[in-house]
Amino acid sequence: MGETTTLVLPRQSAFLSQVMGLLPEGGNLSMCLTCGLCSSGCPASGLHDMDPRKFLRLCALGQDDLVLSTPWVWMCTMCQRCVYACPMQIDIPRLIYAARAAWPRENRPKGIRGSCDQALNTEGNSAMGARSEDFQFVAEDVLEEVKASQPGWEDLSVSFNRKGAEYFLNQNSREPVTEPDEMVPLWKILHTVGCDWTYGTLGWAAENYCMFLADDKAWETIVRNKVRAVEELGCRYWLNTE
Amino acid sequence: MYAIRAGLQKFQITPNFEIESIIRLYARWIREGRLTVNSDWNKDLGVTFTVQDPCQLVRKSFGDPVAEDLRFVVKSVVGEEHFIEMYPNKSNNYCCGGGGGYLQSGFTEERRAYGQRKLQQIVDTGADYCIAPCHNCHSQIHDLSEHSGRHFPVVHLWTLICLSMGCLGENERSYLGEDLASVGL
Repeated sequence: MGETTTLVLPRQSAFLSQVMGLLPEGGNLSMCLTCGLCSSGCPASGLHDMDPRKFLRLCALGQDDLVLSTPWVWMCTMCQRCVYACPMQIDIPRLIYAARAAWPRENRPKGIRGSCDQALNTEGNSAMGARSEDFQFVAEDVLEEVKASQPGWEDLSVSFNRKGAEYFLNQNSREPVTEPDEMVPLWKILHTVGCDWTYGTLGWAAENYCMFLADDKAWETIVRNKVRAVEELGCRYWLNTE
Repeated sequence: MYAIRAGLQKFQITPNFEIESIIRLYARWIREGRLTVNSDWNKDLGVTFTVQDPCQLVRKSFGDPVAEDLRFVVKSVVGEEHFIEMYPNKSNNYCCGGGGGYLQSGFTEERRAYGQRKLQQIVDTGADYCIAPCHNCHSQIHDLSEHSGRHFPVVHLWTLICLSMGCLGENERSYLGEDLASVGL
């Protein structure tokens, strides 16, 4: 007979109770069957000696010090494949989000924090800090070059802040900032089908790192600014390029 | 897109507009005959493609119906016989590891380790190209391809749509491999 080893002393988890209080049905967080389907299909399993099942078990056993300190919460992408695979639909990503949010803001990864802050500091909510006037200048510059150099595209057009357009098209900052020519194929497609669309100078950037930073207040600020951008122009659709 | 959809829910905002994905519109426009794509350009070339199902778009937003739209567009553009599925796929697809802020987080080594599963999935298809219709997926898979030394091209969907319509300009080909660099020019 081997000796019994106590790996952890079970405790009540203040963290888990708090998250369960926030979620409908408690996020099913107490219903884990420990089957491991989450971990077997998770690309983050094994990184920093952690996986989704282990993370949930540590929560269930009240190991808050470990749960709230492991950098693994930044290595889970919150892709929700574990929820999709789980027979009990346990919302582990929501738990990850709450664990991220429990980190002091200044200790969260600098790159994500910087991207969120840039978005907060620009009217277009650009995580790369692109100013709206630069976005418009780059787009119009590229457009002029296409019209002048590509036969058949003399009528290609791009508009900004055009009220009443059917679609408000957002754009990942990466295009105007690092590869503006990548916008052209999209414009050509929209032109070919006669799509009625516009860009805006407010809230135009497609990315939103404040959510990934788990900064609720910043996330809400960004979402509200983007909603205002579309509503002020009276567009019927907010169109994402992906 | 997910950040907006989830944000509207979380912060209880009811907007006066709807949220749409260009992938669904591409499919509708092709079905309606407004976007006249075809795969003739690839008949003799026989270049093969696989496609990444972005988590934010498929599993986390519109589910398998948008994954079907994505396949319809891809097959219309490259030819059904030149499309190869990854497994698992659609709502059950693996995340590439570019999401969740990973690319910005500074955990580069971990991000690439995470991406191994995606890389292997792509390599197992034997496809020449991977289509990544999401910016984070594109950046991550491109990095996985280059860093692993496999150097398979990773392309945006709009590039192939314009290529198939014969209107892809000279400066709009950064992500095409040498085999397609001058097709339709």
